[in-house]
Amino acid sequence: MLVTGVARQLGGRFVRRILRDPEVDRVVGVDAVPPEHHLGGADFVQADIRQPTIARVVAETGADTVVHLDVTGTPLVSGSRTSLKETNVIGTMQLLGACQKSPSIKRLVVKSSTNVYGSAPRDPAVFTETTPPKSLPSGGFAKDTVEVEGYVRGFARRRPDVAVCVLRFANILGPAADSPLASYFSLPVLPTVFGYDPRLQFVHEDDVIEVLRIGSHEPRRGTLNSGTFNIAGDGVLLLSQCSRRLGRPTVPLLLPAVTWAGSLVRTLGMTDFSPEQIRLLTHGRVVATDQMRETLGFTPKYSTAETFADFARSRGPGLLPPEALAGAVDRIAALPLPGSGHSPTQSAN
Amino acid sequence: MADAKVIPFDDDHRPRGGAAQRPSRRRSPGSRRQGPAQAAAVGEVQPLPGVASVREDDPVTGEDEQPQPQEQTGDGSGAGGLERRVASGLAFLRRRLTGDYEVDDFGYDEELTDQVLMSLLRPVYEKYFRVEVKGIENIPSEGGALIVANHSGTVPVDGLMMQVAVHDRHPADRHLRLLAADLVFVLPVVNELARKLGHTLACAEDAERLLARGELVGVMPEGFKGIGKPFGERYKLQRFGRGGFVSTALRQRAPIIPCSIVGAEEIYPMIGNAKTLARLLGFPYFPLTPTFPWLGPLGAIPLPTKWTIQFGEPIPTDGYPPEAAEDPMLMFNLTDQVREQIQHTLYKLLVQRRSVFF
Repeated sequence: MLVTGVARQLGGRFVRRILRDPEVDRVVGVDAVPPEHHLGGADFVQADIRQPTIARVVAETGADTVVHLDVTGTPLVSGSRTSLKETNVIGTMQLLGACQKSPSIKRLVVKSSTNVYGSAPRDPAVFTETTPPKSLPSGGFAKDTVEVEGYVRGFARRRPDVAVCVLRFANILGPAADSPLASYFSLPVLPTVFGYDPRLQFVHEDDVIEVLRIGSHEPRRGTLNSGTFNIAGDGVLLLSQCSRRLGRPTVPLLLPAVTWAGSLVRTLGMTDFSPEQIRLLTHGRVVATDQMRETLGFTPKYSTAETFADFARSRGPGLLPPEALAGAVDRIAALPLPGSGHSPTQSAN
Repeated sequence: MADAKVIPFDDDHRPRGGAAQRPSRRRSPGSRRQGPAQAAAVGEVQPLPGVASVREDDPVTGEDEQPQPQEQTGDGSGAGGLERRVASGLAFLRRRLTGDYEVDDFGYDEELTDQVLMSLLRPVYEKYFRVEVKGIENIPSEGGALIVANHSGTVPVDGLMMQVAVHDRHPADRHLRLLAADLVFVLPVVNELARKLGHTLACAEDAERLLARGELVGVMPEGFKGIGKPFGERYKLQRFGRGGFVSTALRQRAPIIPCSIVGAEEIYPMIGNAKTLARLLGFPYFPLTPTFPWLGPLGAIPLPTKWTIQFGEPIPTDGYPPEAAEDPMLMFNLTDQVREQIQHTLYKLLVQRRSVFF
């Protein structure tokens, strides 16, 4: 089994987990930089998937399963957006080219993202795997994923003997997540877009590892693990709910101001507040996970709210911890009644 | 008043039944039970100006329960009731502040809708437009159903009033999920409130998903053609879109409930349309009424018309074979049937109406 992108937390965790499965004889991890974390006994090959050397790695290892995790939105080591895009798109092209020549490959798993649906007010409220996006993402990571999926579809057409599994993950959160959204939620004060309260969906890191395992093994009875699947936890959280549960106050800004502030923050390199991120935090995105349950046979352990709770625990309290607010309300409740009491209901909006 | 020219249609054999079935104007579940008996007494009396004042008295009893209709206990034992209300209000505040509440996939915030947004809309529904609801029993107590209504009034207040009507009057506490135009989801603040009220984009995917979950879905297929039509064309139904709502209902085998709303046409009599301004602002039309924009924000106050919302008899769709949704001929026929039924009911209600404002 060959796994790309192992220098990242997610790749490293996946490699360590998959090594424990009895069906797996050997795992080769590939990345352009050596990982800081240990790979639990897996072989590591330092190779840049943007270079043709990857073809030699695929041929020499004779891997029967390729798990492509090196499609990401955040650069690993102070890389620019251009090099990230190259890794995402050119890297995928090189890897797929290598896989096409390899006679031993049986299975390909690609990590994608629900970013492919874009985020627009004219979209249906819930995306299924077949919903065509009303407005394609114009740039950034979202456009990369659209292009990556395009190449993967081409590969699946040319190599019908290979089982191809494209997993569209919702925003990945968890104690160790390093996604742009995780860094956004780590800001002390959350800038939001005035007049919009997006619906967000999260998937827990543990569930990501689990579903990648399902994708890279033989399908269990009654399930099918080739195709495209949305992966997300149950339920939906509004951004306002997230900020309240996290205890971080929000600063509503007008949309142009948010765009401007986003570019400023990006220039300063504090957090990757890309345009598609702003669109997500404006209009939100919810995907249907019926295919994941029925066809792939996977039930996530964490719901969206539980994922977020786990993430919030790992981040420490914000400026307005929900416990303190709840305590304050309880103290008011304990006070003797001072007259008219039904005003809180009206002001709670 | 200067009503639209009304041509009374044949078989006018149900008006009295409709009047007798008019439920009482109270909202609390207790009085809803005894509704028919009370309504029978009131129903015989034709609504004359004198009666109007009697009926004005009725909701006053319900007035003090408005902030928190859920906590109304009836006994009104001073401090105890107040304390309970304060406690539940604080519990609500606590849940809101800590984000400990649920929304569904469409962003529908049931708690906020029930406790706050409906309380804000209710005075408009009860006091301002004095909405009279007929045929609420035509809405099934469970399972998906598609309510198809006429659309009018320049600003889509009629949808909101229909939502309050279903929410407050239906015995099974059903929630109406409206399908709204895409413009609603483009505008800031409006989109947020619409999502929290349970509205979603008017597209086949969302409608089918809601119906499949057994929700009550409301749609106004006339769209902007309906609300943006000039005052002279009031109560003339426009084209019903492309009839997509029929194929959606057929696919989900949900009954179609035609709904006629009288009174909404006159809230903003649109005498002109500033097309250039509308194009500049990106709106489908920019209304000019006798008061708006001449009187500024004051001119944006709707006229206090008296409304009637009548839910018609459901048109079942489960008798058709599964491939019926692909049959354009059947789709057009059903669309016309729904349209005609709404138009007939509109004319009937207009004949019964004494005046626009009372």
